[in-house]
Amino acid sequence: MQATARRNIELSLLILALIVGAGAMALVALARDSEDVVEIAPYLVVLSVVYVAAHIAMRKLAKQGDHMILPLTAVLNILGLSAVYRLDASQYGPSQLTWTILGVALFVGTLAVVRDFRILARFKYILGFVGVGLLLLPLAPGIGATINGARLWVRAGPLSFQPGELAKLCLVIFFAAYLAERKELLAIASRRVAGLHFPDIKHFGPLLVMWGISLSVMFFEKDLGSSLLFFSIFIVMLYMATARIAYVVVGGGLFAVGAMIGYTVFTHVQDRVSVWFNVFDPKLVNDEGFQLAQSLFALATGGLFGTGLGQGQPQRIPEAHTDFIFSVIGEELGLVGTTAVLLCFILLIARGLRAALQSRDDFGQLLAAGLISIFALQSFIILGGVTRLLPLTGITLPFMSYGGSSLLSNYILMALLVRISDQTTSEPDPAHTAEILVGGRR
Amino acid sequence: MQPQIRRVGVLLIVLMLLVFANLNYVQIFAAEGIAENPANYRALLAEAAIKRGTIVTADGVTLARSVETNQDLKYRRVYPEGELYGPITGYYNLINGTRAGIENAYNEQLLGDSGVLTMQDFEDRFLESGAQGDDVQLTIDSRLQELASSSLGQQNGAVVALDPNSGDVRAMWGFPSYDPNPLSSYDKKEALDYHATLEPRAPDSPLIGKVARRLYPPGSTFKVITTAAALESGEYRPDSTFPDPDSIDLPLTDQGLTNFTKTSCQGGGQIDLFTALQISCDTTFALIGLQIPGELKDTAEDFGFNSPIPFDLTTDTSTFPDIPDDEEPLRAYAGIGQGDVAATPLQMALVAAAVANGGQVPRPRIVKEVIDPRGGVVERYSPETIGRVMTSEHAEDVKDMMLAVVQSDSGTGTAAQIPGVEVAGKTGTAQSAEGAAPHAWFIAFAPANDPQIAVAVLVENGGSVGSEATGGAVAAPIAKAIIERDRELRGW
Repeated sequence: MQATARRNIELSLLILALIVGAGAMALVALARDSEDVVEIAPYLVVLSVVYVAAHIAMRKLAKQGDHMILPLTAVLNILGLSAVYRLDASQYGPSQLTWTILGVALFVGTLAVVRDFRILARFKYILGFVGVGLLLLPLAPGIGATINGARLWVRAGPLSFQPGELAKLCLVIFFAAYLAERKELLAIASRRVAGLHFPDIKHFGPLLVMWGISLSVMFFEKDLGSSLLFFSIFIVMLYMATARIAYVVVGGGLFAVGAMIGYTVFTHVQDRVSVWFNVFDPKLVNDEGFQLAQSLFALATGGLFGTGLGQGQPQRIPEAHTDFIFSVIGEELGLVGTTAVLLCFILLIARGLRAALQSRDDFGQLLAAGLISIFALQSFIILGGVTRLLPLTGITLPFMSYGGSSLLSNYILMALLVRISDQTTSEPDPAHTAEILVGGRR
Repeated sequence: MQPQIRRVGVLLIVLMLLVFANLNYVQIFAAEGIAENPANYRALLAEAAIKRGTIVTADGVTLARSVETNQDLKYRRVYPEGELYGPITGYYNLINGTRAGIENAYNEQLLGDSGVLTMQDFEDRFLESGAQGDDVQLTIDSRLQELASSSLGQQNGAVVALDPNSGDVRAMWGFPSYDPNPLSSYDKKEALDYHATLEPRAPDSPLIGKVARRLYPPGSTFKVITTAAALESGEYRPDSTFPDPDSIDLPLTDQGLTNFTKTSCQGGGQIDLFTALQISCDTTFALIGLQIPGELKDTAEDFGFNSPIPFDLTTDTSTFPDIPDDEEPLRAYAGIGQGDVAATPLQMALVAAAVANGGQVPRPRIVKEVIDPRGGVVERYSPETIGRVMTSEHAEDVKDMMLAVVQSDSGTGTAAQIPGVEVAGKTGTAQSAEGAAPHAWFIAFAPANDPQIAVAVLVENGGSVGSEATGGAVAAPIAKAIIERDRELRGW
């Protein structure tokens, strides 16, 4: 596709996203008080300016970049913002708007700074250390903070952020670079056990290290969601790099062991599981199960079409604006609304996979696939949690939940995907012949 | 690497589709069940947004209605008449999800959820005029209810009056009663505090409506049933004679069964059945109890004992015991409504009504109609009978005996005499607990030639008179007042 055609489609989709978002914001304001409609005008102006600016920047910085990623993130972000604004127009709403501006700025900034994604591979060890450091930062005395029972925050003065959100980016880049370099080595199978090709025992080292880090996140930060996420993304990327099911089997086994340990050691893990099974037990429904029960009540009340934006009672869900933002959508926009949101997520995942599959180099493929996998897995863990498909673990829903750390890191993530897709299309293809010669591309 | 990426990609999309499938379950298929959970405040809000139907008496007095609150919970329940109709209207506590009385039994109709989709429902939906429930009209006459309450006064007891032809309950009062207003409060503490003052666990808590839910030994009023059993057995007629001793020896015990007066009933010779009922001779009916135990039990069960009375409100089942062979004295006591025989005032009113109704027990009703907000009748109840207890000839015989109880000067119920009206009745003075004053009973119907009203009155432990009380002295005047008032009101 021509670069201009691509960008024009992007612009029209972006306008569509802004119209949808404006409608959502207007409904929310109208439902509260018709006088408030004026109050949303600055939101709409700021959002339009910010996204159109991002679009213009892409015309300069990533002419051939994927044209659906920005409109899809915009629609999710604005829908999330209107839900946050609907829950708390005075504090969270304006604050989320600020984070959105910063997030889009960071998206553009990433595109401007990272002109060639391959540069990132050079910093792989630095990024790896930074990632692990960020992950364990909340444990540092003085700056670490426990919020809602999980120690995954870092506080500096009035600002607090979740370094885990940024850590996931650093670690995925590190994994991608590391695995792209070592994949042949790690894929060598020395034995066959039960029909599986097993690599040499020493190649399981990295898996064990990652397992250890995940376990310490679970043990010391009491953050089940992130622990689950980091370990599974590593297994997924290891598999993609090596095609060895053996890693998945052994990783799954380690994961099961970790889960068993967590279940035995932590009462809050046991609580989560018993709530998952018996959320409507009269003993739990107003106690440990209150939050999940309220989420399910919201979704059930929403039914097919929902109560209409601003017409429901989603404020009855504790922490609705962060982990449970999806249930707010479910109550007020019904199954129709949740399906639309889910489709946006599926489309974004599909665009990410496309960027991965089209990339012509190992690092690019692994990086794009890793980034979109961690995005998808995180979305799945929290969507499954609030709908009782999985035991609930508190992590944010990308682009929709209130919170700066999550928004900023997901914009960087999308910028990297755009960069990979842009380079794949725009670069003349000298590597192509070279790759065929060395047989690097399968 | 593409094959693996593709596989992972498929997995990721499948995970999202799992979420989609689960959403269909939570938001559509299981939605109703989930949303109806009592812990869902949204369900509370939705229910409070319905303008619940009113409960009115037959003469149009509003007993319960919904008023706007201008708060989160849009409507709340008000009971203008308070205690006077406590156990009838019951209460409606939305916050705790507890209900009683008509509020409970007719909850669906009052919420407008009776399953019949009317034009009104469509209007509500399209005009957004707000959902409105159906009204429930009772058979109770507020003026008779007021009289029942004022005649019983501060005495613990129960009064119930019903039309023996239709079964319509025209008054139903027990003292003490309770006020449904605080019990229906949205202020949780107010409701709980008031609830606690009613001693909900005590057997005599005012929360338990006395007319339909308290069991008392029926005493001599039960002799009407014993008489019916005697006649139905074919072995006795009104002029059948019995010995008239001071007391009768009971097998297996060294104690005898003594008459109320501690003497013979009529000088110690013979006494016939007619006279025995008229003057309430215990020994006669104790003898019948010993002679025809099987028939007595069957007849009592025909009258409604040992099975729940079909009624709009919760009832307790009156009991006639299964007496084992080695407990023969209990049979004698059963014949005079003592021992393990226990009945609700409602049951005893039905005994009077059955005699009045030619031997057929009417099915009691307290709800006359259910009316939709536009005035259309949704449900109307027609008279039914529970069953026949005796032939109309025997009913006629019993009626004559009950007439004699009131109308003849030697009867025990003369206090119920009304000039110009033939009142048929039966007194009861029932031993309750050891050392406690007896319960005073009176059951009656009038006029005897064309019965319009049947009444049961129970005054616990003799009421204001105490141990000197008899049914004739304490309960009969109340029944008389009810009958007179009903005559005034309906002009029969």
